[in-house]
Amino acid sequence: MASSLVPSPSTSFFHTTKKDLNLSSFSSSSQRCHKHASRKIYCSVAAPQQTQRTPSTTGSVKTAMTMTEKIMARASEKQQVRPGDNIWTNVDILMTHDVCGPGSIGIFKKEFGEDAKVWDREKVVIIPDHYIFTSDERANRNVDILRDFCNEQDIKYFYDIKDLSNFKANPDYKGVCHIALAQEGHCRPGEVLLGTDSHTCTAGAFGQFATGIGNTDAGFVLGAGKLLLKVPPTLRFVMDGEMPDYLLAKDLILQIIGEITVAGATYKSMEFVGSTVESLNMEERMTLCNMVVEAGGKNGVIPPDSVTYKYLEGKTSVPYESVYSDQQARFLSGYRFDVTKLEPLVAKPHSPDNRALARECKDVKINRVYIGSCTGGKTEDFMAAAKVFLASGGKKVKVPTFLVPATQKVWMDVYSLPVPGSGGKTCSQIFEEAGCDTPASPSCGACLGGPKDTYARMNEPQVCVSTTNRNFPGRMGHREGEIYLASPYTAAASALTGYVTDPREFLQ
Amino acid sequence: MAFFSSTATVPQNLTFVSSNKLSFSPSSTTSFNFVSFPSFQSKFCKTITSSPQITRAHAPPTPSTETTTASSFHGLCYVVGDNIDTDQIIPAEHLTLVPSKPDEYQKLGSFALIGLPDSYTVRFVESGETKTKYSIIIGGANFGCGSSREHAPVALGASGAAAVVAESYARIFFRNSVATGEVYPLESETRLCEECRTGDVVTVELAENRLINHTTGKEYQLKPIGDAGPVIEAGGIFAYARKTGMIPTR
Repeated sequence: MASSLVPSPSTSFFHTTKKDLNLSSFSSSSQRCHKHASRKIYCSVAAPQQTQRTPSTTGSVKTAMTMTEKIMARASEKQQVRPGDNIWTNVDILMTHDVCGPGSIGIFKKEFGEDAKVWDREKVVIIPDHYIFTSDERANRNVDILRDFCNEQDIKYFYDIKDLSNFKANPDYKGVCHIALAQEGHCRPGEVLLGTDSHTCTAGAFGQFATGIGNTDAGFVLGAGKLLLKVPPTLRFVMDGEMPDYLLAKDLILQIIGEITVAGATYKSMEFVGSTVESLNMEERMTLCNMVVEAGGKNGVIPPDSVTYKYLEGKTSVPYESVYSDQQARFLSGYRFDVTKLEPLVAKPHSPDNRALARECKDVKINRVYIGSCTGGKTEDFMAAAKVFLASGGKKVKVPTFLVPATQKVWMDVYSLPVPGSGGKTCSQIFEEAGCDTPASPSCGACLGGPKDTYARMNEPQVCVSTTNRNFPGRMGHREGEIYLASPYTAAASALTGYVTDPREFLQ
Repeated sequence: MAFFSSTATVPQNLTFVSSNKLSFSPSSTTSFNFVSFPSFQSKFCKTITSSPQITRAHAPPTPSTETTTASSFHGLCYVVGDNIDTDQIIPAEHLTLVPSKPDEYQKLGSFALIGLPDSYTVRFVESGETKTKYSIIIGGANFGCGSSREHAPVALGASGAAAVVAESYARIFFRNSVATGEVYPLESETRLCEECRTGDVVTVELAENRLINHTTGKEYQLKPIGDAGPVIEAGGIFAYARKTGMIPTR
């Protein structure tokens, strides 16, 4: 059944172009989709002509809502919200880090007063992660600013670091904020999580509304515990089929971004459903939601299920309540992918939507490989890279290969968890045998360049295959650097050949 | 250049999120005649010099560097293309600067758009300068995409830009522009980035949603500000929240 979207009085979100209607919206890279009888949800621009009935004439008819709409309705204590509504939304968790925290704190104090207290000392999570292992004085000062604030406010969750020469000497330090939030149990279904970082959308993997905001908005939330947010319409992405063993969630999201472009989801929510999504573990789901912002998306959501609940076991004692899109919920448009037809992808310089097949880039010589960040530096990402090195039968990397675990926990996993099929070797052993650089101190690292002495920063114009999230000019440091975004499989394969390489060269 | 005289009235409940720019206090005797949008105007008005500490210091003594009347922006424009992301607006290495600290705020301005590739032969801020001579930035689609860093609109505002006129915006950048009041984010109906060239003298008429390019003699329609209007009119998210009773007045 194809639900139709009744044109609302302000049709400002009715701006999907005509081309969304044709089958290219529903195709994977190499096949045309046929309209299936049981196709559920799709509607695009051409809603059938029907007599307009304004809401007031229909009485209090409750309209079905999408997951994002439901979360926002509950958070704003409303029965019902519609895309386009601007609502005061209660915030369950506010996260900030060393780059935007000081500015947010400055605004909070200026607006609410030097002696003001945050709205809830247990709902503010402060995670230094961006510019940590550097001699840059201002960067280090910024962590001090966070510490002073946390002491003054008695903030419950502050993952501090003082000894920069040895990250392990800091028991509270975690690393990359989005991964720390998940690992420490701050992500819960049905909640609203805001963070002063664009990749806050990662937490949508837990079935919550999570999005990035700036310092001023964060300063406001620190004092008020709520924020004025506009309800986004939802784009639905259905992914079905058994995930081929050479594909990872990174390939799926690169496929999607390549399909809809870097502005295809602007002001919209992206909902990921389907049997493939259900088969992904939590870290893979996080990768999927992580790059929602690269399509311009406001937030991403994945319906919680047993995989979610299993991950959450023992991590949080705060009760939560999952919500799901109604059967009759209206989506702005829908896309369907048969993942068995997809191939490993890259995003070529200089845009995340500059999609290409990895195998078609096999003549691109590279200078380095970077495996890290909230997008591609989690335990599962390193396991995947190790799998390729293992499958190569002992080959060594041909280019410097930088490994930056996202958090302390990931670092420990890399050094302790056995890699399946390796006879008990850990990722770190496999990486060492392959000639990779030693896994570095956990942080955001060179994903965004940073201070000049950041480990693995690109200070020369080089070509890099990276498991990170953006490849705009200068992203990893040098303005003329060329970054190919890829999955950990593709990154590892490329390291082994010195060229952009489809991982099937080793995995099949 | 038009300057406000010190005789108009500032609404009592006006607050500014980045008061580095315009240091008003409710008890100040400075006042203005506002033609329209009184509250945001104070935020976005760049040549208010009634308070002696504020000097709109545009170092190069170029003619008509920038003027602001009650409802318009006027000056030279700087044209960029599509998908200008936040790393190009303010590269990550400069993010150690904290926007709420006045001296670091100024430094951010000197780095505005320094991340643009070398194909942009004219720099937005000349090397060695701290301010730009361009008041209006004209952009293509998806301006401000990428990071949520508020340093981006702050750097543009701190450099002296008054407004951005883009074909479309990325949401976090737009939101941050509205929240900070650093640059007024306007949307054009057409691709002005293809119609205008860096250095053209332009005027943006807010009330009439119009951009006039004096150098080419052409006029263009702009889109009305939309949902952000009430927030901008109130003077930013804090002022809006106080006005609507969401947070207590100070």
